[in-house]
Amino acid sequence: MTLAEADSPSHDPHDTTVPSGARPLLTVEHLTMRFGGLVAVNDVSFAAGDAEITAIIGPNGAGKTTLFNCLTGFYKPTVGRLTLDSSGRQHFLERMDDFRIAQKAHVGRTFQNIRLFPAMSVLENLMVAQHNALMVASGYSVFGLLGIGGYRKAEHEAVDYARYWLEQVNLIDRADDNAGDLPYGAQRRLEIARAMCSRPVLLCLDEPAAGLNPRESAELNALLLYIKEKHQIGLLLIEHDMSVVMEISDHIVVLDYGRKISDGTPSFVRGDPTVIRAYLGEEEDDEIPPEVAADLAAEADSGNDGEGR
Amino acid sequence: MKQGPGRTAPRQTGYMEYFLQQLINGVTLGAIYGLIAIGYTMVYGIIGMINFAHGDIFMIGAFIGLITFLILGLAGITWVPLALLIVLVVAMLLTSVYGWTVERLAYRPLRGSHRLAPLISAIGMSIFLQNYVQLLQGARVRPMPPVVQGGVTLMETDGFAVQLSYVQIMIVVTTVALMTIFALIIARTSLGRAQRACEQDRTMAALLGINVDRTISLTFVTGAGLAAVAGILFLVYYGVIDFYIGFLAGIKAFTAAVLGGIGSLPGAMLGGLLIGLIETFWSAYFTIEYKDVAAFSILVLVLIFRPTGLLGRPEVEKV
Amino acid sequence: MAVEADKPGWAANVDLPALLKEAGLAALVMFGLAISIIGIRTVTITGGLGLEYRWDWVAFSVAVVFAGRFLLALRRETRSPAKRAEREVVMDRIGASVQKAAKVAGPLFIVIAIALPWMPFSNRYIVDIATLVLMYIMLGWGLNIVVGLAGLLDLGYVAFYAVGAYSYALIAVHFDLSFWICLPLAGLFAATFGVILGFPVLRLRGDYLAIVTLGFGEIIRVVLLNWYEFTRGPDGISGIPRPSFFGLPFSRRVQEGEQSFHTFFGLDFSSMHRIMFLYYLILVLALITNFFTLRIRKLPVGRAWEALREDEIACRSLGINPTNTKLTAFAIGAMFGGFAGSFFATRQGFISPESFTFVESAVILAIVVLGGMGSQIGVVIAAVLLIGGTELFRELEQFRMLAFGGAMVLIMVWRPRGLLSHRDPTLRLNDTPKGGTS
Repeated sequence: MTLAEADSPSHDPHDTTVPSGARPLLTVEHLTMRFGGLVAVNDVSFAAGDAEITAIIGPNGAGKTTLFNCLTGFYKPTVGRLTLDSSGRQHFLERMDDFRIAQKAHVGRTFQNIRLFPAMSVLENLMVAQHNALMVASGYSVFGLLGIGGYRKAEHEAVDYARYWLEQVNLIDRADDNAGDLPYGAQRRLEIARAMCSRPVLLCLDEPAAGLNPRESAELNALLLYIKEKHQIGLLLIEHDMSVVMEISDHIVVLDYGRKISDGTPSFVRGDPTVIRAYLGEEEDDEIPPEVAADLAAEADSGNDGEGR
Repeated sequence: MKQGPGRTAPRQTGYMEYFLQQLINGVTLGAIYGLIAIGYTMVYGIIGMINFAHGDIFMIGAFIGLITFLILGLAGITWVPLALLIVLVVAMLLTSVYGWTVERLAYRPLRGSHRLAPLISAIGMSIFLQNYVQLLQGARVRPMPPVVQGGVTLMETDGFAVQLSYVQIMIVVTTVALMTIFALIIARTSLGRAQRACEQDRTMAALLGINVDRTISLTFVTGAGLAAVAGILFLVYYGVIDFYIGFLAGIKAFTAAVLGGIGSLPGAMLGGLLIGLIETFWSAYFTIEYKDVAAFSILVLVLIFRPTGLLGRPEVEKV
Repeated sequence: MAVEADKPGWAANVDLPALLKEAGLAALVMFGLAISIIGIRTVTITGGLGLEYRWDWVAFSVAVVFAGRFLLALRRETRSPAKRAEREVVMDRIGASVQKAAKVAGPLFIVIAIALPWMPFSNRYIVDIATLVLMYIMLGWGLNIVVGLAGLLDLGYVAFYAVGAYSYALIAVHFDLSFWICLPLAGLFAATFGVILGFPVLRLRGDYLAIVTLGFGEIIRVVLLNWYEFTRGPDGISGIPRPSFFGLPFSRRVQEGEQSFHTFFGLDFSSMHRIMFLYYLILVLALITNFFTLRIRKLPVGRAWEALREDEIACRSLGINPTNTKLTAFAIGAMFGGFAGSFFATRQGFISPESFTFVESAVILAIVVLGGMGSQIGVVIAAVLLIGGTELFRELEQFRMLAFGGAMVLIMVWRPRGLLSHRDPTLRLNDTPKGGTS
């Protein structure tokens, strides 16, 4: 497939070009994850472009979160290659431990059920995210304990960077409160800010809009677009809220029963009959126009989160 | 723990006989460990905590058994099968009360608390129960005259006899019988169903009308009942108990539960059997001094290399 | 409460028969508990065992439970649920104010601690107890790094205490090195031990880790007991050199051409000199532990410990190596345990495996837990109460462990994070100047 044809999507399920023709940041090839007899992700291939928002959608139980957990090393994939290509270096994620993926390959993530450090302050949460850099600056604690070296300066810089992100997510006033005391929407924003403080090149967001009200959802869209434009990193997004997905994604991958069933630009996926079938069942797909179908699917889906493995 | 008959066997002759004798002793010890291990495994299965005080419940069961034996002796009931039956029933009942109370006081208020809280509470409970018995029953070992005597000699060569004592037969038979009854309860009755449901998903079970608190209480009660039986078997087998027996026996039974795969009932039994055999053979062929080290080392090795145990389900980390 | 029961306002809301039934059930359960273990005691008589009956004790305990349950239920009924929620907030505020007060009063405490041996009421006995309390404070602070900060429940802390004591004793006896060389060596040994033990087990989940560390504690004790050639088994090691004041021994008689503490300073010999020296020694060691902890809490590794305690999976998603981070906490905790162990060895002059049982681990853990996990001042208060208290009431010694166990359960039920478990952030945004890069 040449670049010129890139906009007209192919139906080869193992095609790993980015629809917009952007440079692929993450390439997933033949990813399969089995739990005993259950195949949660079945031979999935796709690519996510650099400085693009790639959304992964699909009905509940389609294997989206499992895919994320494979990418971030929490599960070891049964088969498959996960290549992260950033600034000329290739990282093969399937071979790396979870914390090394974050540390060396700079893949950041958030969680479906928010995972903050609830008894620590908001600022401390963001400081922990800058752990590895600060560890080096503190001479692996030795110089830090003795009070020599450049640790103080490094700490101030880290606080400044945290301050920057607190301003972006509008939490600057609550910096010294415990993270666990924040309201739900603020906790979601804090988790994104924390992931950004670890300076990722690829940020994986697991249902960031779940449980947000329409205003918060709109703010989230703006934040994600800002991250993409300003920081030029790739974003990978699992989302059920179709308004979020359609509005901000550059590229959508659709999973169903662990398989990829569609892959392309939002306008392509919106009109793809396989997608509509997957969301609404076999029979009625012909009578319903694609736009309505997608919206119906969004409604049917946003009510129930939680993904059966 | 002390060793059964046949410890002082001459090692020059009768290797086979010596081995067989150790096998018998190991199976007996393993049956006792297995009974205690079930309590650990059930509680872990249902609420995901290590009931650290379970070993002390076993110890209390042994003491209640001893007291009941003595009362029966004074009352003139000396026909051994009847006496044993009464002792078993009384001790199971009274020890269950302890099991229930421990859960009600020390664990139930902590449901939904952070992970270490119930464990620390359990350690406190264990220390409390040990000292409670020490204060009320005295610190010195309590000897009991043998209740069941004699046995059969299976084979004899060169002056070394392989003994299968009636006590050992009784222990294995009691254990097998209880295990069968217990397995039937879990598989067939509504209590067993409720228990399995709570193990899978406590919230959902509650939504479907299962009284979760009651199910958990009953789990502790049955666990304590089985521990009481183990305590009596221990008492009859070794003839001496003190307030401290629960600590080591508890750890070894826990090791057995982990070895078999925590949460799995057949696993607990298998693990108990293995730990009993390993400990007996270790003492017989290596050093008796380090036999406790053997059990602990197995625990460490199993947890490191096969944390799901032999029969346990693999646990997928929820992210 | 009972007096207020006449008030008509809410008395109407109380369902008295239901309360009585509840209390009656509790009494019935207590009867079931008491009838065996409390009511009947086995006693050794000639020719076997006899029984002794104590039905009065049974009656008493049942009555106490009945009354207690009734009052508790009454209190529960007459108290608004909001009040119960408030209790947590109030306790947290108390914790916060104690912590704040401790910041101000800390130096004052240190001054008092320094002045203690010189007080008019002070005597050998008091200084001895204070030394003991300080030893447990130091152990508590050491374990607090592991349990309170890193959230790793270590039930075998006594193993490191034992390694410290034995390595101090063996080095000092066999190589005749001074206290000041043996002390860091013992700490180093204990830390190395922590790393060796910790490396394979620290990836285990919280409660498994607890059991494995308990197992290690027991293994160490069994090895100390049985490796006779090396440790002299149950006989223990005696004749451990006493510490010297930078080379000056605290002895009455001095060898020709050498000096001892009292001849050097031109004092009359007094056995108090050594006791006071030991007191100041442990005071310094404990304060070092405290300052170290306070400082490392504000470093990245300290924050990573606390973050791991809060959520390990989130830590891994941020690139924190969980095993290494836990290992540092484990090793540092072990090191302070080792220091305390060598102090113990030099103070006693004799050590045997008997001093390093699980009970010792449980006592140290109780100090950390009761004081409030992660709270430095909480450890001090708990150690003073538990160790000092039981030393002062020696006749109640036999109830000590009973009370320990009971208190652990009660505190967990009442306040699962410990009594004074208030946490202050390690840094505040407003304290750091904006644009701190300049």
